[in-house]
Amino acid sequence: MELRPILSTLQRHKTTAWLLILEIALTCAIVCNAVFMIGNRLQRIHMTTGIDEHALVQIQLAEIAPTPDIFARAREDLAVLRQVPGVQAVALTNQLPLGGSSSNASIKLDPAQREPTLSAGTYFGEDIPQTMGARLVAGRNLRPDETTNADIVVKALATGNTKGIPAVTVITQALADRLWPGQSPLGKTIYLTDQVGVRVVGVLADLVRANAYNDATAHYSVVLPLFMGAGKDQSYVIRTRPQDREAVLKAAVAALKKADPERVVTKQRTYDELREKFFENDRAMAGILIGVIVALLTVTALGIVGLASFWVGQRRRTIGVRRALGATRGDILRYFQTENFLLATFGIVLGMVLAYGINLFLMLHYELPRLPAIYFPVGALALWAIGQLAVLGPALRASRVPPVVATRAV
Amino acid sequence: MFGYYLDLALHSLKRNKALTALMVLAIALGIGASMTTLTVLHVLSGDPLPGRSGTLYYPQVDPRDNSGIMPGKEPPLQLTEIDGFNLLHAKRADRQALMTGGSVPIQPDAAAIDPFYVEARYTTADFFAMFGAPFRYGRGWNAADDEAKARDVVIGSELNERLFGGANSVGRTLRMAGSLFRIVGVLGDWSPSPHFYDLNTGSYGYAEQVFIPLQTALDLHVDHNGSSDCWGNGTGGVGRIYPSASCVWMQFWVQLDTPAKAAEYKQFLIHYSEQQKELGRFVKAPNVRLRNVMQWLAYWQVVPDDVRLQAGLAFGFLLVCLVNTVGLMLAKFLRRAGELSVRRALGASRRALFAQLLVESGVVGLVGGVGGLLLALFGLWVVRHRPSDYAALAHLDPVMLLMTFLLALGASLLAGLLPAWRACQVTPALQLKSN
Repeated sequence: MELRPILSTLQRHKTTAWLLILEIALTCAIVCNAVFMIGNRLQRIHMTTGIDEHALVQIQLAEIAPTPDIFARAREDLAVLRQVPGVQAVALTNQLPLGGSSSNASIKLDPAQREPTLSAGTYFGEDIPQTMGARLVAGRNLRPDETTNADIVVKALATGNTKGIPAVTVITQALADRLWPGQSPLGKTIYLTDQVGVRVVGVLADLVRANAYNDATAHYSVVLPLFMGAGKDQSYVIRTRPQDREAVLKAAVAALKKADPERVVTKQRTYDELREKFFENDRAMAGILIGVIVALLTVTALGIVGLASFWVGQRRRTIGVRRALGATRGDILRYFQTENFLLATFGIVLGMVLAYGINLFLMLHYELPRLPAIYFPVGALALWAIGQLAVLGPALRASRVPPVVATRAV
Repeated sequence: MFGYYLDLALHSLKRNKALTALMVLAIALGIGASMTTLTVLHVLSGDPLPGRSGTLYYPQVDPRDNSGIMPGKEPPLQLTEIDGFNLLHAKRADRQALMTGGSVPIQPDAAAIDPFYVEARYTTADFFAMFGAPFRYGRGWNAADDEAKARDVVIGSELNERLFGGANSVGRTLRMAGSLFRIVGVLGDWSPSPHFYDLNTGSYGYAEQVFIPLQTALDLHVDHNGSSDCWGNGTGGVGRIYPSASCVWMQFWVQLDTPAKAAEYKQFLIHYSEQQKELGRFVKAPNVRLRNVMQWLAYWQVVPDDVRLQAGLAFGFLLVCLVNTVGLMLAKFLRRAGELSVRRALGASRRALFAQLLVESGVVGLVGGVGGLLLALFGLWVVRHRPSDYAALAHLDPVMLLMTFLLALGASLLAGLLPAWRACQVTPALQLKSN
């Protein structure tokens, strides 16, 4: 196909051609970045937690009148829950993976360190990994006899006499790899305050944090044998068979209410519901981005149809002359398709530069990673395809212009 | 003349119905999307207390040792209990209030209503006067009540509706967290948004229904809600165990009526820090901040990133829609070169042609703007029915309504400018000849 006649025609419609190129470029740039952001969101939504998600339910209670002994109360509740048919295991925990509100500690490897090494999610409770189904990959789990009540620890820290504080912990593989790359973490010590060092006795494959907003640090967690007692921020997490979840949740709440009617159930949900809630905004944002992409491509496609129709109408006479001089209908069709391909290519090249620029801006202001090169061809292919599809109608109409038009006065 | 141009424009637009529809639709979609996101952005970044916010300040001091959980140069976002009370009792501002958040169980007398939890604010007396909280019945407590740990409570209108059917409940008692309180005041509808005075509890759509004197609350050990950051051997509290001395968990607000007073107060904070360092409580050199409400909100970056991103996307979309419309209009105007050159030949000036074409693009913009407004209303309706915490706030106010119209008209006139200018460059004779 000879390109020169196409280019020289476009020369005569410079402004219009440039506008179309600009539109394609803008669309291409936004679509590239939007597809990339959708990818990011979907990746987040599918974050692994390391626990047996479909087997868990959460119950949170709040007392109406102050409880004299929150620790005894929690022990009673746990005993009540163990009696509920269908309950396989139950634990009291201060937070759940992806639960939102979180407890964290800054960790040092050496108490003399000025700045902490990193911050990790802190799970307090007994039997947390076993109940949640977090897999142990090295060492051992925490033992019940290592559990200490929270008030003892608070008092010990306040007085500075930290002897009674539990000195063991189980940490996640991701945290171990970050703190001691290539070494076994077992037996190593981390410092949660300048005076309290805890020894790593076990490693979990994974146990995601409650506030896993940052992908890089989402899997840094430690479990401490600290018993928090009953309280409105604590949760009972129950493990059961997936098909029994609803029934067990109902029965468990009823059993707890029966044990003490003087309290309010503030949360009762399956873990799947909790997870759904955590990623609600990401899911909505992905939906909005998809909507924007569809709308952009539609508007651009319609714009191409509109312009191409104009040009076809304007060039009826020329087309007639070409047909009269021996051009086939295929030639005319290909002419318009090539013209659109050229415009789209210009637009895409410009769009790539723009996409890169937008990505740089987003990296600066929204902590977005760099746009991987793989997304550039995605945008290019989408726009070439849309362009060809949009121009097909007008091009076919052009190809049907009869040669006899050439002989008529317009 | 305008009437004639309008007539011509409508004629021309009618001739190419599909194209006109396309241009109108593109503008409407672009305007609709931009106005929806812009309204949400506008609402979320709004001033929670117009007229007052300029004189309300949030003092910050830095009591941390070097083992802090929060590295960096900025002082902590809240105060320790000790610093809070020290600054409160210093009374160096026109008004001051120390506070923190929580939730309390309400135990209604009527057996028909089950006990329930409500969000609560534990604060000192100046809170209501300083923030201009409107009272429907009664009033707040005073500083003497604070010190006396009075069992006084101010309730929100929603709770008053729920418990007393909206009647004047001042003087009645309310059982909360196992203790009896006397209702001294009932607030009118009041929920500053963003919830600037404590952003830890959520920034939007959050309104406490119970207000209790801070010292009373601490005395009764009612549940604390919100964030606590600790250093050294500090332990953040849980429920009724409060955070320890080396934790920040309280908010302190002051009212300083003139900039001079604000400067003076900042000096006082520095002086206070130095004094505390001499006493051995503070380790670092004085590190203080004194931000007013809007500066505080900006520092917190209270508007969600996603909302700003959505606004950016919508404007990108509007830009594409505009370029699209410019291209289509240009093609359309250029195709009418014949008609235009006849008008030129018959004596119409370039300016007249230009005006005529601008009227045509203005009509497209106006219709597109109306469409965009409808789409924006629909878009905001969708936002309101999404489960975000700011959903209820997404309403179009008169300012945004006007903005929509100006944006639509401006955008389409802008879109018409280039095509109109290009089209009225026709040389009359040449066009007539070629036809």
